[in-house]
Amino acid sequence: MKKAKGKVVSVNESLVGVKIIEGAVINGEVAYIVIENDKRLKSEVIDVKPEKMVYLQVFEDTGWMKVGDLVEFTGLPLAVKLGPGILGSVTDGLQNPLYELAKKEWFLERGQEVEPLDNTVKWHFTPSVKKGAIVTRGDILGAVPEKLFQHKIFVPFSLQGDYTVKHIVTEGNYTIDEDIAVVEDANGTTIKLKMAFDWPVKKPMPFHERSVPVEPMPTGIRILDALFPIAYGGTACNPGPFGAGKTVLQHSLARHSQADVVIIAACGERAGEAVEVFKDFPELIDPRTGKSLMDRTFIVGNTSSMPVAAREASVYMATTVGEYYRKQGLDVLILADSTSRWAQALRETSGRKEEIPGPEAFPMYISTLISAFYDRAGVDILEDGNIGSLSIIGTVSPAGGNFDEPVTQATLLSTGAFWGLSRALSDARKYPAIDRIDSKSKYPSLLREEEVSFLIELLRDGKTIASNIILMGEKGITDEAYILYQKAELLDAVFLQQNSFNDVDGVTSPDRLRLMFDVVREIIETPLAIKGKEAIRSHFNFARQAYIDWNSMSIDDSEFEKQKFQILNLVKKRAYAKENV
Amino acid sequence: MLKKTYENIDSIGRAILSIKAEDVHNKELAEVIYPSGDKAFAQVIALDGDQVTLQLFSGGFGVSTDCKVRFLGKPVQVGFSDDMMGRVYSGNGQPIDNGPKLLSDMVRVAGPSINPVKRLIPKDMIRTGVPMIDIFNTLVRSQKIPIFAKAGEPYNRLLANIATQTDADVIIIGGVGLKYDEYHYFKQRIEEAGSKSKTIMFIHTHRDSIVEGLMVPDLALAVGERFALQGKNVFVLLSDMTQWSDYLRQVANAQDQIPANQGYPGDLYSQLASRYEKAADIDGAGSLTILGVTTMDDVTHPVPDNTGYITEGQFYMKDGYLELFGSLSRLKQQVNDRTRDDHRSIMNAMARLLSESEERVKAQKFGSVKDDYSLRLLDYRRTFQKELMDPFRFLELEDALDLCWDILAKHFKKEEVGLSSKLIEAYWPEKGTFKILKHKTDE
Repeated sequence: MKKAKGKVVSVNESLVGVKIIEGAVINGEVAYIVIENDKRLKSEVIDVKPEKMVYLQVFEDTGWMKVGDLVEFTGLPLAVKLGPGILGSVTDGLQNPLYELAKKEWFLERGQEVEPLDNTVKWHFTPSVKKGAIVTRGDILGAVPEKLFQHKIFVPFSLQGDYTVKHIVTEGNYTIDEDIAVVEDANGTTIKLKMAFDWPVKKPMPFHERSVPVEPMPTGIRILDALFPIAYGGTACNPGPFGAGKTVLQHSLARHSQADVVIIAACGERAGEAVEVFKDFPELIDPRTGKSLMDRTFIVGNTSSMPVAAREASVYMATTVGEYYRKQGLDVLILADSTSRWAQALRETSGRKEEIPGPEAFPMYISTLISAFYDRAGVDILEDGNIGSLSIIGTVSPAGGNFDEPVTQATLLSTGAFWGLSRALSDARKYPAIDRIDSKSKYPSLLREEEVSFLIELLRDGKTIASNIILMGEKGITDEAYILYQKAELLDAVFLQQNSFNDVDGVTSPDRLRLMFDVVREIIETPLAIKGKEAIRSHFNFARQAYIDWNSMSIDDSEFEKQKFQILNLVKKRAYAKENV
Repeated sequence: MLKKTYENIDSIGRAILSIKAEDVHNKELAEVIYPSGDKAFAQVIALDGDQVTLQLFSGGFGVSTDCKVRFLGKPVQVGFSDDMMGRVYSGNGQPIDNGPKLLSDMVRVAGPSINPVKRLIPKDMIRTGVPMIDIFNTLVRSQKIPIFAKAGEPYNRLLANIATQTDADVIIIGGVGLKYDEYHYFKQRIEEAGSKSKTIMFIHTHRDSIVEGLMVPDLALAVGERFALQGKNVFVLLSDMTQWSDYLRQVANAQDQIPANQGYPGDLYSQLASRYEKAADIDGAGSLTILGVTTMDDVTHPVPDNTGYITEGQFYMKDGYLELFGSLSRLKQQVNDRTRDDHRSIMNAMARLLSESEERVKAQKFGSVKDDYSLRLLDYRRTFQKELMDPFRFLELEDALDLCWDILAKHFKKEEVGLSSKLIEAYWPEKGTFKILKHKTDE
């Protein structure tokens, strides 16, 4: 098919109207608008109208565009290049590597495109099929070592039907631009295959055999792992007003989650936050692999001052890369911060297209897009029997911190876990400021079901008594109720809260979580023989102090066991023997 | 480039003009030529066939259908030179201080954002001498942070204090919607502090058109960014960004844009972000720090709300005090572990106790606070406010930290403050030996 050409007719910020001169146009295809003779601005067809008019959303600043500027269509949808070399890199929302761009300019000048994957690197390829083999899409041709993994080289997922391998290269070093295999379809047409291929970002990669997320993914954050867990292949959202700790939580998840690959989609947020990640992570060692944390990380940065239209692309690109690494049989985690900025980008474009607005001027279809996005997460039982998973944790930034708005509501319907961040908790310096009562998760916890109910019940009781104390004062309630209140407070202070600046307390392994839970439960279930509010408070102050000291001790610490018994003794000293009552 | 003049104006609105013209660039600068020969600037904001929509820098009032429009073949630019120091400019970049016009390089306005990999992780504390900032929400070089306050609070005084008490190489004041006396105040403060030779002002007052007001942050930031690239540490003050957002709302409304929340355009977040994100500590160059003002009644209003999601914290000013709760510096952790070894711990202890006392304030309303500890918490709260929350009390960080210890010792026992024994041994003042706190209380 001949690629279309057109001329610019109208310009309204990022929305550009184009009259087609020749060729046919595909909705969703990529086009380049040529301005000032040589600057090529990447854009995407988002609307096709009568009289050969199409509308493009431009991924760059449209300043200095003119009516009559030439538009060249590519015939191809917006795609991401998939192959070895993605891990450890930092790109903009259109997969341009930022370090490469920085070699030329201080600023992100428009019209710059760089090879998404380094095509000078020689990868050591080991073939795993022989000449004459019959292969279909998703079959493995061989593998190259990439950072921490054997990166499998697939028959591209875009190929349909059976192919015969006509030629495969011998073991050796190749770049992603070199042909590594030639395959032939039933009609005798041959196709040359390389180690990298393109995949359209908006098209979910097919599952081989989709399965249900049931295995909890340890995050190192106790309140999540115990009360509101996420499973491998699951989805979660953390809405919250500004200043409630969304970013700190996301950074902690990026560092400590037990995933093989972590993809950070910095969508419409502060550039400084992405900078912290990609400047710090190379220096940090991942204790699970002993290698740099950056080796398992990929960052897509379309930060708030970059062109708005590319926000959507950045989210989809991260997801497609995630699906690709799931196909590698890995556990992938996507942190999308913030999905609200993506929704706002859609709102801006929708407004310029003069679509009839829905609530708060968001387009009517926003909820469909959000659910379709989270649906790309999941567990896949792969062709070779391995299991891969893709989990998505999306940040939501609701206007005014009010969860009753379209993006939060659509996200709640689409995700399996809800971590509501609260400004009241963050003002009280209770990290993580995840609402203890309103948050929920449908995934299994690292603790037993009965244990989770036990914790939640205590927290509810504690909250009720706390409000009674405000109304009636400490003197207005019984010692028994006051003890229960102090137990809930203790649970919150020593188990649910974590000191994110402490290397030990900042991340808790599943084994340690179990140990900590058992101790805290023993404390809570020990009946106490203390009379008087002052004495009760003082007792719990000491217990809390001892437990917090324990929290910052490493399991290998010689004092660790001693401290544990000290806490328990402290409590048992004040216990009463039940039979004497 | 050939400069073409067109005469067939179609429509004139409050800030918008539409005309038929050809070969016009998006965002091109134009001038509207009045029959009298007077000229006013305008900028192309949309193209549709031969229909060109322009934003009028001086507003639509007085523009006639027999005005001509000349397209200037260049985008909006602003002058940039060292000679601008000490000068005052309007929102369209023209000097308004009766000084001479300058021949200077022209630089682009509202340019693209800096490549994130060219940013450094901010790591230098800016000492302001304001205890609530230096101790609790430390200001860091290249931070973008506004003051949230009701209109009428002394935020401009604090802004001027911070700018003149710190070590900025260049101060750029962007005044949006200033009352004349506020403009005068800034000018006077800068002169009194002897900072005039390193200060440039871009001023929009209520008598000027709103489009000029909209331009002020862009001009201030474009010039600031240039100085930063030359290796200078630049402070840009923007007051008041709520007025700026209001102008944005008016202009969007005039263009028939669909409003999102409370009439503000759906891109309010992106518009604010593209300005605030100019703050940066640049690898191999200088830095740009933005201190803004966001006037507000309620923090959930769209302007402070969107701003809070963009900036790296905020200083919350209320009843003339800088509040602890509601204020935040997202960058403080980058620097407050390298000041004094007790800084972080005492900051947290003071905050925790203040938070505890807040609960007592609530309970007090029900008359249920009678125990000694609660009463001491309430006393502590009063001392805290009196001694620390005054934004105009100047204290070196070390003195302010000592003051915190004094306050703790005045109201609490050592075991009540939740600080490590090591720190208590090093810093706890024995009764009667306060370093900073006056011994006698005048309560």
